[in-house]
Amino acid sequence: MKTANKTVTATMLVKDALQKAKHFAEYNIFTFLNEEGALKKAAEIDARIARGEEVGKLAGVPYALKDNFLSPEGQTTASAHILEGYVSPVTATVVEKLESEGAIMIGRTNLDAFAHGSSTENSYFGPTHNAHDFERVAGGSSGGSAVAVALDIVEFATGTDTGGSIRQPASFNGVYGLKPTYGANSRYGVVAMASSLDCIGFSTKTPDDMDLLMSITAGQDPKDMTTLPDFYNIAAPPTRTVTRIGVIKDFDNDAVDAEIREALSRKCELLKSKGYEIVELDMPALKYALAAYYIIQPAEVASNLSRYDGVRYGFRSERAQDLEGLYNNTRGEGFMPENKRRIMIGNFVLSSGFYDAYFLKAAKARTLIVQEYAEAFQKCDFILTPVSPNPAFKLGEKVNDPVAMYLEDLMSVSLNLAGVPGLAVPAGKTRDGRSLGLQLVGPRRSDKSLIEFAKELQDENDL
Amino acid sequence: MKYIPTIGIECHVQLKTKTKLFSEVDNDARGKEPNSCVSPVDYALPGMLPRLNGEAIKMAILAGRAMNCEINAYSRFDRKHYFYPDSPKGYQITQFYHPIIGAGYVELPSGTKVRIEHAHLEGDAGKLTHFDTYSLVDLNRVDTPLIEIVSMPDIHSARDAHDYCRELWRLMRFAGVTYGDLYNGNMRFDINTSLAPEGSDKLGTRTEVKNLNSFRSVERAVEYEIKRQTRLLDAGDKVVQQTLGWSDATGETSPQRSKEVAADYRYMPEPDLPPIHLSDEFIAAESAKLPLMPADYRTKFGEIIPHDTLEILLDYPELMTKLSELSADKKAIKLIANLFTSVLLAEEKSAEYLNDLPSGKDLAELAKMNAGGELSSTATKEVFLHLFDPQMRGRGAGQIAKELGLIQENDLGALEAIVDAVLAKPETAKAQADFRNGEEKVLGFLVGQVMKESKGKANPSAVQKILREKLK
Repeated sequence: MKTANKTVTATMLVKDALQKAKHFAEYNIFTFLNEEGALKKAAEIDARIARGEEVGKLAGVPYALKDNFLSPEGQTTASAHILEGYVSPVTATVVEKLESEGAIMIGRTNLDAFAHGSSTENSYFGPTHNAHDFERVAGGSSGGSAVAVALDIVEFATGTDTGGSIRQPASFNGVYGLKPTYGANSRYGVVAMASSLDCIGFSTKTPDDMDLLMSITAGQDPKDMTTLPDFYNIAAPPTRTVTRIGVIKDFDNDAVDAEIREALSRKCELLKSKGYEIVELDMPALKYALAAYYIIQPAEVASNLSRYDGVRYGFRSERAQDLEGLYNNTRGEGFMPENKRRIMIGNFVLSSGFYDAYFLKAAKARTLIVQEYAEAFQKCDFILTPVSPNPAFKLGEKVNDPVAMYLEDLMSVSLNLAGVPGLAVPAGKTRDGRSLGLQLVGPRRSDKSLIEFAKELQDENDL
Repeated sequence: MKYIPTIGIECHVQLKTKTKLFSEVDNDARGKEPNSCVSPVDYALPGMLPRLNGEAIKMAILAGRAMNCEINAYSRFDRKHYFYPDSPKGYQITQFYHPIIGAGYVELPSGTKVRIEHAHLEGDAGKLTHFDTYSLVDLNRVDTPLIEIVSMPDIHSARDAHDYCRELWRLMRFAGVTYGDLYNGNMRFDINTSLAPEGSDKLGTRTEVKNLNSFRSVERAVEYEIKRQTRLLDAGDKVVQQTLGWSDATGETSPQRSKEVAADYRYMPEPDLPPIHLSDEFIAAESAKLPLMPADYRTKFGEIIPHDTLEILLDYPELMTKLSELSADKKAIKLIANLFTSVLLAEEKSAEYLNDLPSGKDLAELAKMNAGGELSSTATKEVFLHLFDPQMRGRGAGQIAKELGLIQENDLGALEAIVDAVLAKPETAKAQADFRNGEEKVLGFLVGQVMKESKGKANPSAVQKILREKLK
């Protein structure tokens, strides 16, 4: 990570990043550019450097913040109409940690509204374009963040991953994307999507950058009771002596694009040549992952979105005549169609008479998936899989076909259900020049060794 | 036809924790501006997460033990969804599937046992005030910790319903988990009433009267429902299962607005709060902190304090604690108990006084002076009241009595001199002669004269003794 010093100042770094952000404006990466605030912070850091003060591990490093992280700088919209103009009085724990090390937020990045989507097309502010093919999607929901890193505007960007929202756009744009172990990073101050699945992570250019960021942000937060005690920075982190890499049999099938399968085979050959053993895994419960995910996730989404009612903050419909009208019109006008779809599915699976048949069943499937991962990690150290069944698709291609869009999450959601970490790594390009990515999966709390191991997979074709 | 009423009661108790159930703001909103005790978490801003207040868990354990309930080693929170402006999150955090307090029972003074089905922790809702064209929302009460106590349908009369609620109120106050201010809604009762023909083994259709906040209104509402349902059944009509409201003014129940009636709450496990695991050691250690309960005090003081006095005092845990500080001195306990009921509770400012009771040491000294004849019963009451005077209380009962000139003259030499002076007065000559002639009743006149001479400080029984001696 290029930090500021006396010759390359924070102001220079920030100006450079802002200039690039403007240069790529047509990609629709940012929902807000923090010009004034970023330059002011940069000047402060430069002054401290001039005085010879300690300025932190990320001194003057410009970064992009997914627009569902709350901070008082600019509006936090989650790319949703219902939060347009919302200025947060509180700051997310992860933002606080990054900024206390001197990082400077230069802008907020676009996402599918409330992180509901796999293409960033569900944004109230319009879609973000793929970094390497303007006609194609950025992936999602952290599309803006992945593209900001891929186009070298910033060295890192924050993301949230509920079912693949960091990993899939990372792979669509040829960068690294980490979904850490559930509870590794605090969710405090991040607009909730589905609380039991939401993970806070990053898009970066290198595994080393990912390691540095995790060392700064990981750890228990009294404001988020689901955070784990810091397992990342302890003297002897639970590193693994990696010798066996698992490959899941069921994933190597027709649902997966041929070029992605080829990329997987190539990496397996690379690993074999380095002396690793490739282990074939039978994980039958994973075929229930997508169905279980699209029950649990909408249920929690419906619940978490209940607070957006127009009573206390955010958008409020002018058309309301009474209380029920206030709710109906505010939510009707304020939410995107995909938000509403998930609210309806979620309320359906939780309604009395259906809870046992849907939500409880899904919860049981989830338990099976947790067990299946635990058993798999008895047989191998890490698992290598595709991130998504397809490389970046065309803008508009799937946006009106929710099921096709949901199928994009086929390989990513089981990690969120199991709470295990996954790292999307670049794996070369398709013949027509699209980025390919693969996903390394580890047991809970193996994040550090997972990031370490990613270096073993690097070769000259990746980026 | 004769019907047997069956009543089950749900009771909400606001816990007096320092901070709210899921945030660090002040939980005591008494006398504060609306919306001044609200954190970003209570206000349900985006991205905010609940933080469980450990003090509420400890209080739940005490409340549970006060009702002889099992404490569950595993419990968990759930979300109960509904849209209303008193619920900023759009759901209430409660314990639907795995409550912290399991089965137990409450024994009424009459000896009736009412079983507790379970009790659970949850956050309270805010308060709405409705006007013609708008409503105001006050979120101070949002996520004040509540425990909801659910009884089994073991109650069969309005009187027992009254007594059960009152006993719960006592138990919760003795356990120290609530202010128990009924007027301000610290405890609220929902009563479920049904009638079944005598001899039937099936329960009838029940109605629920919600949000009662006094024992008297509980009793009246049950009486009313029994009468109303009896009338319906006798006429061959059906009781409709519904939620009713109670009006103290009209003394009637009436159906609630449909908005307030239960919808589909879409319960879901609360994903932001990990399950609560309590070790046996923790439960045992916290249970051991349960103070003496009314039943314990009945055993302890039943032989010493008259029944009626004791039952009055059992409404005031702070007074029972004071009595316990008086060691094992039975006379002192009896005297102070009597002063508590006849003097303290009769005072206009008694509520204020209860908040700031004199020390056990002062009360013990007062009792000792009374027993030793230093204070007359009138003087004892006088000094007792002055123990509540913030200006005087620090000086102790002895000093206060001295300053007020209330100490009785017990010095026999000094008393003799006064008696002699009185007997030397010509106006007492006739009385002296009459007494010598066997007229006992004139002794009172003579004692009175001596008391007057001593300005009320003489100990009347000592004076009597000296007079008898002198007039032999």
